[in-house]
This record gives sequence, C-alpha cells and structure tokens, in this order.
Amino acid sequence: MHSAAQLVLLLVVLSDLAVLGTTRLSSCIRGLAAQGLLLGLLPLLLAPQLSVHAVSLALGTVVVKAIVLPWFLAWAIREAAVRREIEPLVGFIASQLLGALAVALAFAIASRLPLPTVRQPLLVPVSLATLMIGFIVLTTRRKALTQVVGYLILENGIYLFGLTHTERVPFLIELGVLLDVFVGVFIMGIVVFHINREFDSLDSTRLTELTD
Amino acid sequence: MRLLAVCALPLFTALAVLGFPMFRGRRVPVTLVAVVATTHLVLVSSLWLAPPRPTLGGWLAADPLGLTVLTLTSVLFLVTVIYAVGYLQREKPRSGRVFAGGLLAFLAAASLVALAHHLAMLWVGMEATTLSVAPLVFLRRDRRSLEATWKYLVVSSVGIALALLGTFFLASAQGDVAGRPLILPDLVEHARELHPAWLRAAFLFLLVGFGTKMGLAPMHTWKPDTYGEAPSLVSGLMAGALTSCAFLGVARVTEVVTAAGLGSFAQPVLIGFGLLSLAVAAVFIIGQSDVKRLLAYSSVEHMGLLVLGLGLGGVGAYGSVLHLVNNGLAKGWVFLVTGNVVLATGSATAAGNRGLVRTLPVSAALLVLGLFAVTGSPPFGLFMSEFTILRAAIDGGHPWIAAVMLLMLAIIFVGMAVLVLGIALGEPDPGTIPVRESPWLVAGPIALAAIVLMLGVYIPGPLHDILARAAAALGGTAP
Repeated sequence: MHSAAQLVLLLVVLSDLAVLGTTRLSSCIRGLAAQGLLLGLLPLLLAPQLSVHAVSLALGTVVVKAIVLPWFLAWAIREAAVRREIEPLVGFIASQLLGALAVALAFAIASRLPLPTVRQPLLVPVSLATLMIGFIVLTTRRKALTQVVGYLILENGIYLFGLTHTERVPFLIELGVLLDVFVGVFIMGIVVFHINREFDSLDSTRLTELTD
Repeated sequence: MRLLAVCALPLFTALAVLGFPMFRGRRVPVTLVAVVATTHLVLVSSLWLAPPRPTLGGWLAADPLGLTVLTLTSVLFLVTVIYAVGYLQREKPRSGRVFAGGLLAFLAAASLVALAHHLAMLWVGMEATTLSVAPLVFLRRDRRSLEATWKYLVVSSVGIALALLGTFFLASAQGDVAGRPLILPDLVEHARELHPAWLRAAFLFLLVGFGTKMGLAPMHTWKPDTYGEAPSLVSGLMAGALTSCAFLGVARVTEVVTAAGLGSFAQPVLIGFGLLSLAVAAVFIIGQSDVKRLLAYSSVEHMGLLVLGLGLGGVGAYGSVLHLVNNGLAKGWVFLVTGNVVLATGSATAAGNRGLVRTLPVSAALLVLGLFAVTGSPPFGLFMSEFTILRAAIDGGHPWIAAVMLLMLAIIFVGMAVLVLGIALGEPDPGTIPVRESPWLVAGPIALAAIVLMLGVYIPGPLHDILARAAAALGGTAP
C-alpha cells in the first residue's frame, strides 16, 4: 500500500503540471477530474485498515471532485462555447517553469517542517506543490473558468494536507468541507455563466468597471 | 438544545424556502423571514438569561465572545428584515426565494460561526457565510454587480482556503497533545504543549484567511466593489455581522496563541495589519464620491481598529470587543439610511445627490448623525471604544501607535465629512420634490442609532460583564 500511495501522489503532481501546461479548457477539466479520482484513492491507500470512514470519504471525494464538479465545468464551457485559454498573463512555458519551481520549493519547505506523525513522507510536499500550482493557475489565467479550475486545484492541495489528520478530524467536518467546495463551485459556475452572457466572453480581465 | 435550535431554525427555513415550489416566483416570503428573525432573537436572549451547557460533545457552546457576536448578528438581522419590508415595497428582486433563502442561510451560517467551538466547524460556517451572501450581492443581476460578485467570490474563496490550511496546521500543532482535537477550550487548556512552529504558521494563515473575510488591508480589495454594488441592506449585514464573525475567527486563534505564551509573536503582526488597514482606508477615503464605497473603506478602517486593539492587549482587548458591538450596529445604521438615499434618487454618489435634508429629511439627518458616529465622535459608542484602544496604546508604551492612529482617524473624519455633508446639505436641484419616507425604512436605523448613542453614555451591567469576560479570554483586562 505504501508504494501505491507514493505512485498516486506522484501522479497528482503530474496532473498539476498537465493542467498548468494545457491550452485547451477541456483537457484542463479532464486533468482536474483525473486528479479528483487520484485524491479519492488516497484515503483508501493511506488508512491502516479499511474503515467506514475511509471508504465514505473516498466515495464522497470521487463523486464531488472527479464526477460532479468536472461535469458541471464541462457543461459550462459547452454552454459558453469557449475552447482555449488565449494569451494567459504568464506564458505557458513560463508557467511550466514556475510550476517546476513550485514543486522544488514544496519539497524544500516540507523537508524542513517538523512533522509530528509521518505516515507517507510525500504527502506534505505534494500537498504544498499542488497548493502553489493551483495559486499560479488562479492568478495567471484570464478565463474565469480556468480560474475556477485553479481554485479547485488549490483546494485539492489543502485536502491533501488534511489527509495527514484523517483520524483526528471527524467525518462530519470533511462532509462540511466537501459540501462547501461543491456549493462554492456551483455558485462560481453560475456567475461564470452570467459573465459569458453579459460580456460575451469568459475573460475576467474585462471586469474592470469598478475602480477607484 | 437551544444552541442547536439557534443554528437549525434558520437553516431549515432556508432549505424549505429554496426547496418548496410554493416559494417560486418574485414574491418574497418576508413574513416568514420576520418570524424566524424574531424567534432567533428570543432564543438568543434566553441564552443571556440562562447560560446553556455546551452540546454535541463540546462542538457548540456560547462563550462570552461568541454570545456577543451572536447577539449582534441577531439584532442586526431583525432590524434588516424590518427594513426589508419597506425595501420590498419599492424594489422587487428577480427571485423571491433567492432573497429570502440567502438571508436565512446567512443567519444560520453566522450563528454557527458564533457558537462553534470546534475550529474546523467554525471554518465550515465561515465558508457558508461567503456562499450564502454571494447570490445576494448579485441580486440586481447587471454587469456591475456581476463583476462585484466575481471579485468577492474569488478573493474570499482564496482567503477561506488559506484559513482551512491554517486550521489543518493547528491540528498539526496539536499532534498527540491531550484534549479533543480542534476543540477550543481543550486547545487553550493545553496551549503550552502545542508545537510552537506549527502554531505560528496556523496563526498566520488563519489571520490572513479570516482577515480576507474581515477585509483587512491588503486583502480588502473586494470590499468597496462588493459593498458598493450589493443592495444596501445586504452591505449593512455584511459590514455589521459578517465581518464580526470573521473577526471572531481571528480572535479564536489569537486566544490559543496567547494562551500558548506566543503573544509577543502575534501582537506585532496584529498591530501591523491594524495600522496598515487604517492607512489604506485614510488614503482611499479622501476624494471618494460614492457613499457606499466610502463606507466600505470605513469598514476597512474599523476592522483595522479591531485587530489593533487585539494586538495591543490589556484594555485594548476590551476596547476591541466593545468596538465590535459599536461598529456592527453603526454600520447597519448607516448602510440602511444610505439605502434610503439610493431608493429615493437611484444612487449614493455625490453627482446624483444634493440637499438631501430638504428632500429626505429623516434619512439625511440619520446619515449626518451616522457620519459622526462612524468616525468616532462623542457622545456615540464608537468614541468610547476607540478611546479605550487609544488608551491601551498609550498605557502599553506605544505613543507612536497612538499618534498614527489619531492622525489616520482625523484624515478619515475629514474625508467622510466632505462627501456626506456635501450631499446632505446645500440646495437640492430645482424640481426635486420631498419623498415620503416609509416608517419601515427609518424605524430600524433609528433603533440602531439609539443603541449606539446609549453605548456611548452608559454600558449596561450584563453587557459590561460579558465584554470583560470576553476580553479576559483574549488575555486582556476591563478598564
């Protein structure tokens, strides 16, 4: 189980970098769905023995992060008829480099953090890398929808960190967190839909009427 | 039981309003919302009379600070609903159930934040406040409100995500230390055994995360747009109640950090954010032409004062908690009367308004009084609380902090007075006729003004008692 979890965590980093490097919004969403599936496997692989808690957390994660949210985002791009992320604020090559830098930085930070109980040494560095890459996507992309994807990757990074505490944090809390993420993205999706209708574009840099 | 009811009553009513087909259409079930608001306030009052025991294994409890925030929220909510009766006679939102459901969901989420003693549950409640308010900001469904909603959602979501990470850091700090995980009293009791490095990281992330929701500078960027574009009653609820809940989040982690003996680490950070917020507010208030955006920057200022008082400690903590109450009530008051201006003339800008004392005598008078209250002039409550924070700076041996604070408050006063007096006084444009002001629209602000005035002159015994105990939990003292 140990090496399987390690493999899954490495695949999570790859999915981060894949989302960072792709120009097509649909591949972006596919990368996100794959990441959601990987995150759903982790509670099962990390639990010392299979428990109701681990199984229900895995199920909830897969349903929300790998099925419902990607499906909803895919619906949104179909409705809005957008395909590509054109001219991000930071170029694709540059953002790939930034992503690599984030991964290196994450490992450097994690090696210096005092970890109380390390069950899976890769968990914390991968969580930090995912967090930073999510932040890069969120801040350097113009399309409102890609920003939602960035936010979800950021959220996934935090979820990974939360897995270090599965036995200390009760199920109800995880449920609440999942529900909040779900409703949050749902509302964001509705707003994205309206941005598209009002401005005839999903470009959030056009939202510039309100300034001082 | 009552603690559970305080959260569950608005939650289930919200779900019913959003779910049942009978609430479809544009009609807002305002009577139902008013009944829930009144029942909520009655329940909350009963918590004052007979303090309840913690329920759900210590997850829900009403400690002095939480009860203060809960009562503030409940009072503001009832006033807002009374105002909404008059508001809805003039404006019809597109969807009645989004309006009523959003308001009720906000009340449920804010109550959960106020009562949560499990810090992860506090996070869940805090995120729910963001989500319940977003559809209300977008109520007008035009381009400007769309832009404001998007900015609000993105900035708050990132902030709240950082707060979640901070909560997990706190769980890391707790590690294998005795006590139930993430339960506030247990964290405080065993604070000295917590891992200091993780605790510091947790403090910083929670401060930045919940600070984003408070609107502390430099995470305040969503605030002027959101308060400017949201309907005034929603802005008032956000500036009065939602920011208070966010401050509660910051206060909770400060409580743990102080108990752990890391006060000397936390205090300079809090003071830094406080002074920066005051400075940013002062810069942007000068030359502001829209009253609602002006009030948003004033809210940044007051959030700065809250963390400044918390950082100064001593009587500053008491000043901070008192200021929380004063600022919440005053913000509700001024936003609601600004809403009357918008209802009458279509905007709250200097360009569209002049001589309001002639056309809207009651609202304009309340607006001018509100200007003095919000800027901390005597005899209003905000003067007392700001003065207490100032005293903490001087007593603590930080005369330069006191000097900077006074300078910023003076600049803010001038900036606000220029705009508010400019639209209230003078001759109205020829041809404008006085507007009849519905009692529904002025009763709430008058009641809030009366309370803020009373708090400046006399603080009732039970309130003083609870504020003093809240301040003591934060490591401070009552004056």
